[in-house]
Amino acid sequence: METVADIEWVLACYTDDVPENGGACVKHGDEQIALYNFSRRGEWYATQNLCPHKQQMVLSRGMIGSTGDDCTPKVACPFHKKAFSLLSGECLDGDDYQIKTYPVKVTDGKVYIGIV
Amino acid sequence: MFQPTIIVVGNGMVGYKFCEKLIARSSHFNIIVFGEEPRIAYDRVHLSEYFNGKSASDLSLSTYSWYADNGIKLHLNDPVQEINRTEKTIHSLKGVTLKYDYLVLATGSSAFVPDIPGVEKDGVFVYRTIDDLDLIKTYAANAKVGAVMGGGLLGLEAAKALIDLGIQETHVIEFAPRLMPRQIDSAGSGMLLSKLKSLGLNIHLNKNTAAFVGEHKIEALRFNDDTSLAIDMMVISAGIRPRDELAKLAGLHTGTRGGIIVNEKMQTSDESIFAIGECALYEGMIYGLVAPGYEMADIVASYLSGNEKGFYGYDMSTKLKLIGVDVASFGDAFITEPDCRTIVFEDTHKGVYKRINISNDGKYLLGGILIGDADAYNILLQTVNNKIVLPPNPEDLILGSRGGEASEGAGVMNLPDDALICSCEAVSKSSICSAVNEGACTIDEIKKCTKAGTGCGGCVPLVKDLIAGTMKANGQYVKNVICEHFDYSRQELFDLVKINKVKNYDLVLDHFGKGDGCEVCKPAVASILSSLWNDVIVKQDTIQDSNDRYLANIQKGGTYSVVPRIPGGEITPDKLIVIGQVAKKYGLYTKITGGQRIDLFGAHVNDLPLIWEELIEAGFESGHAYGKALRTVKSCVGSTWCRFGLHDSVSFAIEIEDRYKGIRSPHKLKGGVSGCVRECAEAQSKDFGIIATEKGWNLYICGNGGSKPQHAQLLANDIDNATCIRYIDRFLMFYIKTADPLTRTATWLNKMEGGMSYLKNVIINDSLGIAEKLDEEMQQLVDTYHCEWKEVVENPDLRKRFAHFVNAPAEKDPSVKFETMREQVKAKW
Repeated sequence: METVADIEWVLACYTDDVPENGGACVKHGDEQIALYNFSRRGEWYATQNLCPHKQQMVLSRGMIGSTGDDCTPKVACPFHKKAFSLLSGECLDGDDYQIKTYPVKVTDGKVYIGIV
Repeated sequence: MFQPTIIVVGNGMVGYKFCEKLIARSSHFNIIVFGEEPRIAYDRVHLSEYFNGKSASDLSLSTYSWYADNGIKLHLNDPVQEINRTEKTIHSLKGVTLKYDYLVLATGSSAFVPDIPGVEKDGVFVYRTIDDLDLIKTYAANAKVGAVMGGGLLGLEAAKALIDLGIQETHVIEFAPRLMPRQIDSAGSGMLLSKLKSLGLNIHLNKNTAAFVGEHKIEALRFNDDTSLAIDMMVISAGIRPRDELAKLAGLHTGTRGGIIVNEKMQTSDESIFAIGECALYEGMIYGLVAPGYEMADIVASYLSGNEKGFYGYDMSTKLKLIGVDVASFGDAFITEPDCRTIVFEDTHKGVYKRINISNDGKYLLGGILIGDADAYNILLQTVNNKIVLPPNPEDLILGSRGGEASEGAGVMNLPDDALICSCEAVSKSSICSAVNEGACTIDEIKKCTKAGTGCGGCVPLVKDLIAGTMKANGQYVKNVICEHFDYSRQELFDLVKINKVKNYDLVLDHFGKGDGCEVCKPAVASILSSLWNDVIVKQDTIQDSNDRYLANIQKGGTYSVVPRIPGGEITPDKLIVIGQVAKKYGLYTKITGGQRIDLFGAHVNDLPLIWEELIEAGFESGHAYGKALRTVKSCVGSTWCRFGLHDSVSFAIEIEDRYKGIRSPHKLKGGVSGCVRECAEAQSKDFGIIATEKGWNLYICGNGGSKPQHAQLLANDIDNATCIRYIDRFLMFYIKTADPLTRTATWLNKMEGGMSYLKNVIINDSLGIAEKLDEEMQQLVDTYHCEWKEVVENPDLRKRFAHFVNAPAEKDPSVKFETMREQVKAKW
C-alpha cells in the first residue's frame, strides 16, 4: 500500500490536452506514461505506455471502455487488443501480463500523475 | 341480459368450428346444436385413418364435457326436420320445437349417388360417415374384389380404404378420361395413373357404369360398352351433393344444382339464417374443403359478435397422399400459355410430375401441380399466396438448385410475417414465431397455443420449419449481439441509429447500450455512424480503431504507414516523383502493394500531417488503407494498350474507385476490373469484380483472397456501365446495412439464408422493395465524400492530436529505432 506522502505529483498536462474518452502519452524523464481521460465517468487513469504483449509503446493510443457487471474500466492495446484493467493493471484476457498503474489527480484544469 | 339463441343445424367439422369460434369471441349467446349422427363432431378429413387403427374417439374433435362446459345444448341423433321462418322456430325429428334468433345451417353434404339400376343392392356403399365406414368394414370381411366408383379425390381415398381393409383386388371406375379432373391436368393424371397401377390398383377410365348386377347383393358391374367386371362390393364416391333439403323446404334460395345460396356474410335469403361449409353456395361455387368451411364459420361468428368480415372465395389448393403417392395442386393450376409460362418436369422412372405456372414477366408464381413428390408444396403455396418474387431461375423451385450456387432463397423464414401458415385455423407466421419466442418449442406445444396444424395437418412440416428457423434465429441472435454493451446485432443497431438520427457514440451508448463501451462496440458504432452520416471520422477519434484514429496503419514499433490513393493503379510520373521525394524526406520505406499502389512505411505519428500536407499539395488523396472502407479497384491495362482488351478497364476502375472511395463498411472492400476474360486484374478474388465481355461487363460479387480464398460469384452478365454501377451500389449498401461487424462480403454471403439467389433477387429483382432506397443512400454517401487527410491538415485542432507526447508535442517517440536493409529502413525493436 502506498501512502500519500510517498507520491510525487507530476504535472502532466491540461485536461483539454487529452481527448475525451481517450488517451495520450506523457513523457516523464525516460518513462512513457499513458494517461486516460475517462470523461464519460468523470475519471482519470494512468498506466505504463508499453504493452507487455509485444513490447510496443502504444497503450495511450488504445481504446478505453468497461467490462463486466461492475464496469471495470479497461484499455485495449491497439495492436492485438489485449485488454488491461485501469484499476489493477491486470490483463483481462487471462494472460499473465501486468501493467503498472499510476494515481491521477486533477486540480484547476491541470492533470497530475502520481509517481511513487 | 338478453341472450340471443343460436341454433346450429349440423354437428360436423364446420358446425363444431363455428361453436368454438363463437365461444372464443363472446359468451353472450345461448347455443343449441342439432346433429343427425349419434356422435359428437369428428375429423372427417382423416376418415380413412379409421381403417388404420384409429378409433371413433381418436377422430373426435372434442368431448361431451366440452359442450357442457361451454353451455352448449347438444341434440344428437336428432336431425332438424323443419324450419318455420315466420315463427323463427325449428322442429326436430324427435319432436323438439325451439325458437331461434339466428339459425346456422351447417348441414354439409352427402355422397352423390347416380341413378343407376341396382344401386339399392347389398354390398353397395357410400363413403361419408363413420357409420358408412362401419358398414363397409363388416361387409369387406367377406369380400375379395372391390370397386370404387369415382376417380376423384374422395374416390381414391375410398380405394385406399378398401386396400387397408384387405380387399385383394381393388378397382377404380372413372367416367372421365382422367383421374382427379378437378385438381390436376392430364399429364399429371397420367403420371398418377401409372404410379397407382404400379401399386396394384386397377383403374378403368372412360367407363360408364350401366348397371349393378346381382340377385340381392352386388355381383358385377355392367358398363355401357357391354363389358363387365365381377366384384364383391362397391363404394360409390362420385362426388358430393350439398344437403340443402331443409333449406329448400323452408323456401330459402338454393342453386339449381344444389347448395344454399349465401352472400359474403354467409347469410341466406333470410337474414336470420346463415349457411356454412359444404352446404353453402357462394357465387355459384361449393367449397368442398375444410379450410374454407372454417373460414365461413369464422365469418358468421365474427358477424354475430359485431365484427364484420366477408368471404370472398378461397384458395382451393390441396395436398394429399393418395395410396402413398403425393398429389398436390395449388394456386391457378390449370392456367396455360399464353396467359402464363409453364415449366414442367417429368420423371416417368420415379413417377414424378411437377408443373409450375409463372407470370409472363417471370416474377410471380401463379400455381402448379405436383405428383409423386410434393415436398415443395407448402413453400410453393406460400410463394403464390404472398406474391413472393421468384428467383432468376424459377425452375430451381421444383428441381432444386443445380450447379454451384446455393439453394433457393424461398426459405420459410423469408416469408412475410402475415403469411398464412395454417389456413384451417388462420394462423400467421408471426403468431407461430412469437409462440416459439415465448417458449413453445415443439409441434405439440405450438398446436396447443396457436391451434396451427390442428385442422388438415398439411402445414405441420411448415410449422416445424418455422419452429426450427425461429429457434435458430434466436440462437444466432444471442451470438450476434455486438458486445456486452449492446444487446443488438449490427444490423439492428444500424437501423436504430438511423431511425433515431443519433450522430455520436456516447448518445448511441446512452440510448441503446449500457456501461462505458469497449474496443469492440466503439469501432462498430463508428462504422455505422460513418456509413450513415459520413461525417469526418476523426471528430470522434477515440472511438476509432487506432488506424482510423490516426488515419494511417500502425506498424511494428509504433510507427505508421501511409498509402495515398492511386485509383485503378494509374499514376503519372510527376506523382511518382512526389512520392519518392516525400519518402526520402521523412525516411520512409516504400513498397508496391498488392492493390497497385505504393505504401510508405515508418512514419512517426508527428510526421503524418506534414507528410500528408505535401501529398495533398501534389494532388493525392487519402487511400483509406487504414479503414474498413474501399481499398483499391485493381485493373489490368485494358483495351487502351492491350491487344486482347475488350473494354477500357482502367477508366472503369478509376470511375468506380472514385465513386466508392471513403465509404465506411463493416470490413474492407476491394474491387477489380479486367478488360477481358484473361482476368489479369484477378477481379474474381475481390468483393466485386468486373470482367469485360463482348457485349458489356460481367459482374461478380463476394469474392475473397485472404485466409479463406473464395471466388466471386456471377451476379449479372453482359451489362452496361450504368447497370453495373447500379448493381454495385445496391450490393454494397445492402452489405453495409446488414453485415455483422468485421464480416467480409464472402462470409456475409456464406451466412445468408438463400445465398446468391436471394442476394441476386434483392439486387436485381428488388424482391425486398428496397432498391430505390439503397440507390439513394449510396448516392448520398458518394455525394458527401471528403478527403479525411485534407480535413486534418487544414484543421489545427485535429492536427494537434498527431503527437506522441502530450507534454512534448515536438518530440518523437525515442523508442522507435530503425536499421538498414537493402538500402531502405526497417523497424528495429
